[in-house]
Amino acid sequence: MTKSNEYTDSSRATVNRRSFLKGSGAVAAATALHSPAVEAEPQAAANVVSGATTITLNVNGGDHKVTVEPRTTLLEALRSQLELTGAKPVSSDGSSGASTVLVDGKPVMASTTLAMAVTGKNIETVESLGGEDTDAVPRAFVKHDAQQCGFCTPGFVVAVRALLNKNPDATESQIRQGLNGNICRCGTYNNIIKAALDVVKGGV
Amino acid sequence: MVLQDNDQTKEPMGPYQWPARKDTDVIGKDHDRLDGLVKSTGAAKYTYDVNLKNQLIAVALGCPHSHVRIKSVDSTAAEKVDGVVHVEVLEQGKEGKEVRWAGELLVVVAAESEGAAREGVANIKIEYEMLDVFTADDDLEAAQRAKRTTKGGNRIETEQEPGDDDDEDEFYEKEFVRLFKDAEIVHEGEYGIDAITHCCLEPHGATAVWEGDKLVVYLSTQNVSGTDDQFAGALGVTANDVEVRCDYIGGGFGSKFAPDYWGIAAARIAKKTGRPVRLMLDRDQELRIGGSRPSGYVKVKVGADKTGKLSVWDSHHWGTGGSGRGAVSIGVVPYVMVPPNRRSIATNINTNNAPVRAWRAPNHPQGCALSQTVIDDVAGKLGKDSYDVFMANLANCTNGKAEVYADQMKVAARLMDWKAKWHPHGKGAVKGSVVEGLGMGLHTWGGAAHPSTCTLKIHPDGSVESFLGSQDLGSGTRTVCAQVLAETLGLKVTDVTVNLGSSKYPISGPSGGSTTVGGVSQSHRRSAQDGLQKLFVLVAAKLGAKASDLIAAGGRIQTTDGNKSLSWKQACGLLGVTPLETTRSHERGKDGALSSSGVAGVQMAHVSVDKDTGVIRVNKFVAVQDQGLVINPKTCKSQISGAVIMGIAASIYEQRVNDPRTGLFLNSGSFDRDGYGLARLGDVGDIVVELYEPESERSRGVIGNGEPPAISPKTAISNAVANALGVRVPVVPMTPKRVLDALAKAAGKA
Repeated sequence: MTKSNEYTDSSRATVNRRSFLKGSGAVAAATALHSPAVEAEPQAAANVVSGATTITLNVNGGDHKVTVEPRTTLLEALRSQLELTGAKPVSSDGSSGASTVLVDGKPVMASTTLAMAVTGKNIETVESLGGEDTDAVPRAFVKHDAQQCGFCTPGFVVAVRALLNKNPDATESQIRQGLNGNICRCGTYNNIIKAALDVVKGGV
Repeated sequence: MVLQDNDQTKEPMGPYQWPARKDTDVIGKDHDRLDGLVKSTGAAKYTYDVNLKNQLIAVALGCPHSHVRIKSVDSTAAEKVDGVVHVEVLEQGKEGKEVRWAGELLVVVAAESEGAAREGVANIKIEYEMLDVFTADDDLEAAQRAKRTTKGGNRIETEQEPGDDDDEDEFYEKEFVRLFKDAEIVHEGEYGIDAITHCCLEPHGATAVWEGDKLVVYLSTQNVSGTDDQFAGALGVTANDVEVRCDYIGGGFGSKFAPDYWGIAAARIAKKTGRPVRLMLDRDQELRIGGSRPSGYVKVKVGADKTGKLSVWDSHHWGTGGSGRGAVSIGVVPYVMVPPNRRSIATNINTNNAPVRAWRAPNHPQGCALSQTVIDDVAGKLGKDSYDVFMANLANCTNGKAEVYADQMKVAARLMDWKAKWHPHGKGAVKGSVVEGLGMGLHTWGGAAHPSTCTLKIHPDGSVESFLGSQDLGSGTRTVCAQVLAETLGLKVTDVTVNLGSSKYPISGPSGGSTTVGGVSQSHRRSAQDGLQKLFVLVAAKLGAKASDLIAAGGRIQTTDGNKSLSWKQACGLLGVTPLETTRSHERGKDGALSSSGVAGVQMAHVSVDKDTGVIRVNKFVAVQDQGLVINPKTCKSQISGAVIMGIAASIYEQRVNDPRTGLFLNSGSFDRDGYGLARLGDVGDIVVELYEPESERSRGVIGNGEPPAISPKTAISNAVANALGVRVPVVPMTPKRVLDALAKAAGKA
C-alpha cells in the first residue's frame, strides 16, 4: 500500500491525470502491481511542464489547438480561446455547477478541471446541444420556461443531459435528487424539473 | 407624402388602451421567451462572455480586513510578474486611506491571462493598520457599547390625541400603558431577519474598449440608459462618446444600477493601456461588496382583542445597512396591517460591512417578517386559526386593499387546502420526529411604470422592429415588448424584433422596483397604435375605405366587415422605400389606461419540521398575486415562482455569517456546505402560482411583479414552522441550530 500511495503522489504532481487514474486503479485493486508504477515514473517526469504549452483538445467532435499553462482551467481555455462561453465562471470551486461540461460522457466542472488533464478526451459543451439539430433538453427548457436570467442555464442543461443519458427513464424523484450540483439564483428549479420530465416522456 | 414622424411635439394620436380580454390574440396568452433558446444553448453573450481582440483580463485585490488604514502599498513585484501589463492602485487603496469593510477593491492588476493577473494580485504587498471592528448587527446593547448606533427615526400614532396642555412624551407613555391595560390579550416577542446578499451569478463587472475617443462598455447592468452619463462624468468625456451595452445580464436583483468604481477602473485602464479590459468581481468579492440587504431585529409588544385584531403596536427595531447606512424603514414596521395605535422606533447600527444596495422590494420583506410573525403568534396564543386572525387584521389595512386580500386569501386557502390541513399551533400529529404546519403572509408594492421611449420601425418589406434602451433581466422584457407589438399590429410574436441593451437606443428607465413591464408596454403600445394609424391612412387610400374602418388582425389589414383587405406585407409595401418610424414615450405618473400601481399578494406555506434534527422542508407553497393586466402569464408565473424559491433560501439556508472577532464574511467564497447557502433543486417542494386577474384588477392596466412575490415567503414559512412546532423560531433563516435552540429554550421554560 505504501508503494502505491507514493506512486499516486508522484503522478499527481505531474498533472498527468491518466497515469494518476491508472495508479488509483492499482490502489483500488490492492495488489502489488509494481511494474506500471515503475514504467510510469520516468514518463511522468518527462511530462512536467511550466509556462505556456500548446495542446490539442477534442471539443464537440473536433480537435482544437489551445495554448495553456499548467494552471489554466478547462473553463478558461474553452471560454477565452475557443469562444465557447456557454459554460460559466460562477464559483471557482465547482460548487455552483455553472461550468458543467461532459468529459468522456461524464459531467465535470470545467472550473476545477485543468485543461492539460483532458487532452485525448472527448469534451462536450452546451454548444454541442444547439445548432440546427437542437437537442431535446434545451428545447424543453424553452417550452417550460426553465430559465430566467439564464446564467446558470447552460450548466443545468448539460447536467440534465448527463442525468438523462445515464438514466433516460428518470423519475421525478430521481430528477429532484440528481440535479443538486447546480445553483440557480432566479429560482427556476420547478420548471427545470418539468423540462427534464418532458424529455423523459418524449414530449419535446 | 411625408411618412417620417419623429416630431415629438406633435400630439400623439391615442387614446391608448388595451383590448378587452375576449379580444386579445397575443397578450394574456402564454408565450415562450424569445431569448430562451440562445440562453439554453449557451449562445447568449453576457458581459462576462465578451472576448475582444487583445483584451486584458483584470483581477482586483479585495481588502482582506474589515476595518483598516492603508499604511503602504508596494506593487513592484506584481508589475514584474510575467504577463502583467498594468497595475492600478485605486483611490481607496492609497496610503493613508481608511477602508471600512472587507472586500473593498484596493488594487487592480491587468494581464494577458487570468492566471497572470491572479499571480500579480498575490504579489501586491500592503501594510495595514488594524482598526476596531464591529459587525454584530443583531446585538443592540453591544452596538451601543461600541458607539455604533444612531437614531433611525420614530413614528407615533394614537386614536387619542394629546391635549394642548399635555406634555407629549408623558401623554404617550401613559396612553400606551392604558392601551395595553385595555387590550384583551397582550403579546411580547423578539424577531429578526438576517442580512443576505444579492449573490448575482454573473458578478458585477465590465469590459471597456476605447475606439479613439469613444468608449464602449459592456456592462452587467439593470440600467442601460442611465449608466453612459455616469461613465462620462467619471472619465471626463462627453456622454455622446460613451455607449453602454448589455444584451444579457446574469442577475441583478437591485444591485446593478451604476458603473461602480470598478467599471470606471476598467475604462481607465483600457485608456492607459490602449487595450480592451475586462474586470469582473470574483465570487468572494461579489458577495462581500456586490450588494446586500439590511438586517432587521425587533422587540415588540402588541395588544389585541379576542379575535386577534391588533389594537396597539409598540416596537423598537434595529439592524444594519452596512457601513454608514440605516436600518429598515420605520414605514414598514408594522407592515400593511397597522393598528390605530402604534409606536415604532428604529435604531441604525453602523457595521464594517459594505453598504447595502436595493434588494427586491427594499424594506418590505423585513417589515413583513418583523410584523406578521407577531400577528401569527397572537393567533397561536389565542389558539385560533391564523387564517381567521389575519382576516380580522385586514380591518387595519392601510393600503385600501383589504377586500382584495380577503378574496386572495380565499383563493390561496383553496389552493393550499388550508382548512383540511390546519391544526392549532403545536397541536398537529407527530410522525416520528416530524411535525407539519401552515403559515401565511401578505404584502403590497407600488410598481408604477417607469419612463420609457420606444422607436418603432415598420419597414416596406413588412418587417417590424423596435428600439429602446432597456434591459431584459430574465423577467421576459423582450418577449413582453414583442407581444405588445404583435397584438397591436395583428401579427405574430415571431414577426417582430425587439432591440434593447444599448444606451444609444431611446431612453428607458432602470429595471428596478417592478417598473419595467409597465414602462415598456406603455411605450410599445403607444408607438404601435400610432404607427398603425399612419399605415391605415395609406391602406385606406389604396382600398378606397375609411382609415377609421380598418383593423389589423391575423397578418392582414382589413375593413371591419372583412370585404376589403391587404396582407401586412402588401400594406407595408405602400410605404415605398422609406420605413415608417414612430417614437412614443411614457412619462412617469401619466399612466392613463395602460398602467397603474399598487398591488396585493397573499402567500401560504406548508412545511415539515424534524424536531430531532431541526431540518425544515417546504412541502407546498401557494402564491396568489395581483399585477393588474398580465401580458405573458408564462414568464410572469416564472418570476413569481422564482421569488418564492429565493424566499425559501432566505427562510432556511441563506445568511451572511460574520466572524465576531474579525468581522469577516466567512461564507462568501463558495456555494458548498460551508458556503453561502442557497436552495438547491431538491430543496424546493410544490409551488402553486395563481395570477389574480379579475376584471377589477385587469382593468387597471399593467403593473410589474418583480418585487411583490419576494416579500412574503419568509413570513409564510416562519409562521408555518411556528404552527408546526408550537414554538417560534425567532430569526430567519431558521437554520437547524436555531430550530433546535428554540425548542430547547421552550422546553426549558416549560
